[in-house]
Amino acid sequence: MKTETSPEKGSKRELITFSIGQQDFCMDIMLVREIRGWTKVTMLPHSPADVLGVMNLRGAVVPIVDLSARLGLGACKPSKRDVIIIAHIGNQTVGFLVTAVSDIVGISPEEIQPMPKVGGLDENGFVQGIIASGDRTLRVLDISELAAAMAAEPVEA
Amino acid sequence: MSLSVLAIDDSRTMRNLLRAALEEAGFLVTTAEDGADGIEKLEAANPDVIITDINMPVMDGFGLIEQVRQSEFAASVPILVLSTESSDALKSRARSIGATGWIVKPFNDIKLISAIRRVARV
Amino acid sequence: MASLNELRQIFFQECEEQLEELTDGLSELELLQPDHEPDPETINRMFRAVHSIKGGAASFSLDAITQYAHAFETILDELRSGKLTMSREIIPVFYRGADRLTDFIALGEAGSVPDVSELANDISEITALSSDSHQIGEVEFGDDCIAEFVPVALSFAADGADLSDTEHGNYSIKFKPTKALYSNGHEPVQLFRELETLGSVDISFSLGGAAAWDVNDPDISWHILLSSGCLESEVYEVFEFAHDLAEIQIEILKTEKPIFESSERPAPALSQLEINAGGLANAEEKETSPEKAKSAQKATVRVDLELVDELINMVGELVITQAVMTQSITESELSVSRQLATTLDDFKTLTRTIQERVMGIRAQSVKPLFQRMGRIVRETAQIAGKEVRFITEGEDTEVDRTVIERLVDPLTHILRNAIDHGLEHTDRRIEVGKVPNGSVKLSAAHRSGRVVIEVNDDGGGVNREKVLSSAIEKGLVSETAKLGDAEIDRLLFLPGFSTASAITNLSGRGVGMDVVNSEIRRLGGRVSIISTPGQGTTISISLPLTLAVLDGMVVNVANQTMVVPISAITETIRPEASKVHLIGPEARMISVRDLMLPIIDLGTIFGFEPERKLGQDGILLIVEDDKGDQFALAVDHILDQRQVVIKSLESNYGHVPYVAAATILGDGQIALIVDLDEITNEIPVAASVSPKPVRVSA
Repeated sequence: MKTETSPEKGSKRELITFSIGQQDFCMDIMLVREIRGWTKVTMLPHSPADVLGVMNLRGAVVPIVDLSARLGLGACKPSKRDVIIIAHIGNQTVGFLVTAVSDIVGISPEEIQPMPKVGGLDENGFVQGIIASGDRTLRVLDISELAAAMAAEPVEA
Repeated sequence: MSLSVLAIDDSRTMRNLLRAALEEAGFLVTTAEDGADGIEKLEAANPDVIITDINMPVMDGFGLIEQVRQSEFAASVPILVLSTESSDALKSRARSIGATGWIVKPFNDIKLISAIRRVARV
Repeated sequence: MASLNELRQIFFQECEEQLEELTDGLSELELLQPDHEPDPETINRMFRAVHSIKGGAASFSLDAITQYAHAFETILDELRSGKLTMSREIIPVFYRGADRLTDFIALGEAGSVPDVSELANDISEITALSSDSHQIGEVEFGDDCIAEFVPVALSFAADGADLSDTEHGNYSIKFKPTKALYSNGHEPVQLFRELETLGSVDISFSLGGAAAWDVNDPDISWHILLSSGCLESEVYEVFEFAHDLAEIQIEILKTEKPIFESSERPAPALSQLEINAGGLANAEEKETSPEKAKSAQKATVRVDLELVDELINMVGELVITQAVMTQSITESELSVSRQLATTLDDFKTLTRTIQERVMGIRAQSVKPLFQRMGRIVRETAQIAGKEVRFITEGEDTEVDRTVIERLVDPLTHILRNAIDHGLEHTDRRIEVGKVPNGSVKLSAAHRSGRVVIEVNDDGGGVNREKVLSSAIEKGLVSETAKLGDAEIDRLLFLPGFSTASAITNLSGRGVGMDVVNSEIRRLGGRVSIISTPGQGTTISISLPLTLAVLDGMVVNVANQTMVVPISAITETIRPEASKVHLIGPEARMISVRDLMLPIIDLGTIFGFEPERKLGQDGILLIVEDDKGDQFALAVDHILDQRQVVIKSLESNYGHVPYVAAATILGDGQIALIVDLDEITNEIPVAASVSPKPVRVSA
């Protein structure tokens, strides 16, 4: 099911929050299929640096994206403690490697503020807005945009 | 109690069309693929009216009419022939061996149903 | 209840089957010896097929199909009844008729209507066969062209009874049924009820003078007074069915008032008549032969293709899961009991059997494909002005559905080639002492786990001299090259090669046999050619049974596990350092039996690691690409040979250079399947540095 990124006013969006390194992010839970532990992937030749490879998800071949690298936060070395968020976007199934998944939060659209233009950072194109919650700042990722960018990117080395 | 109709036609299209039309009218429908199949299903279908095609493999419509008329079970069940043929020769042959009526394909739902109601003995 | 649209779909599905039946009958007629009578059942089957199409088409108001089927059916009926005698000239007309009918049905399905004048021409072509010139006149065109198919409700009508619809009033009806009335399923009571719908009815009866009451021939007359304002025709309509099964007299009583004079009530005996009406068999016993007709028709179910694919996919998973499970149990430190080992074995067998069976669902007989090709042959022969006998063999051979669809173009091309270039013209054939008509045989068979489809013609064979000179002229081979016969024949598959000196209307449409070759390669198959001068050519296509699995060689390249399709591998060698030659700064070649083959290191291709040193470790896989060129692929180890289930990479990711697809191995890990054609097509090393290896295998 495809979820609109800008739901009607007043209705709360459910977001899954997770961390990459020390930074906090969240994404629409409607697109998330499951959370899995890290398992060894098969390298894809000539793939962009942030595509770690493909893994076997009950018989389907699913590419795994290093979200840290994708957002320009530097490539991370996957470890057994890392987790993969499997998302279904359009007809594509994609896994995102993150450090940890923390919570599910209900957020009304008004709480999401537009992303200030900091400039220069790769992540900005994928960030829909930010949520300030207590001492934390959550960035809302547009993963449809992330997945689309993966497919469109030239894969040849 | 709803009227039971045994519809016999070797064309799946026709069988489906007949079933659709007859079930719409609230009849209980049994279909058969040819005359022999029709005879086989005769007892189970216990029809009030039989509708049959003429040109069929294994046993054609004439064969079916003859067999039904000879059967103990359904000797006097009204039989309507449903055929694209409309020649007098075929019609009179059908009549001479015991057909009750002749309807020319393609059939008109309303006329078909009124014809069935007309010959049915219920 | 089925919607009209669904019913329509059923009709078109059935049309397909009927057309198959028709073409089957035609092939039977075609094979008939000149002075033999055709099996009446064959003609009957053909007649019924066309007849069913007509009936269905009329129900959906598909006039063109109805009219054409009617014309066709009329001729078949003449043949059936012996008015028309079977002759060889009829068959091509029938074939064209079947083709036209197919076209009209396809048009009808697409929701369009053929050109009326075209339809008229087509119909007159087929009706020209008729023995009865009146038949031709009966098929007319225009808005009311199929008057005879207009729904006529019930037409045992009083023939010629000229009913005046102006008269109405009260009627006196005398009705004396014959026994046939009862035996035909009529019942006077029904008729009377029917009359009651027209007005009030008063019924009396009188028994005849017969001494004894005979239930089989009730001598009874009814007199009905109908008081109604209805039309006379309406009264006749009631007795429409009973016409000539009873004496019926209908009189109009010109009185203003309804008459109720009769005090007699309807006879209580009616109900008894109902019961006793049966058992009147006046039909003599007729021989019917049901055993002959039900010609081995298997019951089938139509299933959504997506569902089947899903099932196949899931069974693929099952096979993998089973392998993973077995592997992890054997690798675990647990002691495996004998019982567990046996159970695991059983599980494996069962899983494999399920896989085989499920794969079988996708399989479809090549028969429809062959029939389609029959049409191509007829059309090509006509254009080429050659008489061709088309023979098919092994029509029941089953192949994956997708494979069948993708065989249409290559086979069309091969057949056109065979007729256009392969077969000689009649005068030439007579000159060399052959039968005047050329023949083309299309056959299919299962051979050692693969499907082999062959096109064989009895023409002149490949003109090797011409092929070779043409290849040299086009720079495809060097002038000094010494090629064997088989190698010359294979040149036909080189890209850009076309033997036709003048491009003909048929096969020379700018695509050559190389397109055939690459298309078959894409299906995981191979094409080969065997030609004998003066005697003909056989082109044979060998295909895997299904596209869902592939025979693969599992290799290790820079610690990555990869799969190379076995179909492309001709041999594997462990190279001796002395046979590896450095050409230029980068390119390396290996000499294999005097042939210099470029070496391509898979590790380098995929960017996994720097090139290994020459002659060190490594194994070379000699592969042949779709152009017939050979290469040596360097890998680290060969791990295994096995069937692998093909998994798409594209659906979730996209295209990966030099990778055809992925698969999942026994340990649950994904391995990539190497796309050899892409490697050899796109690696410039081979083409630019090395002279192309001219020795090509047959």
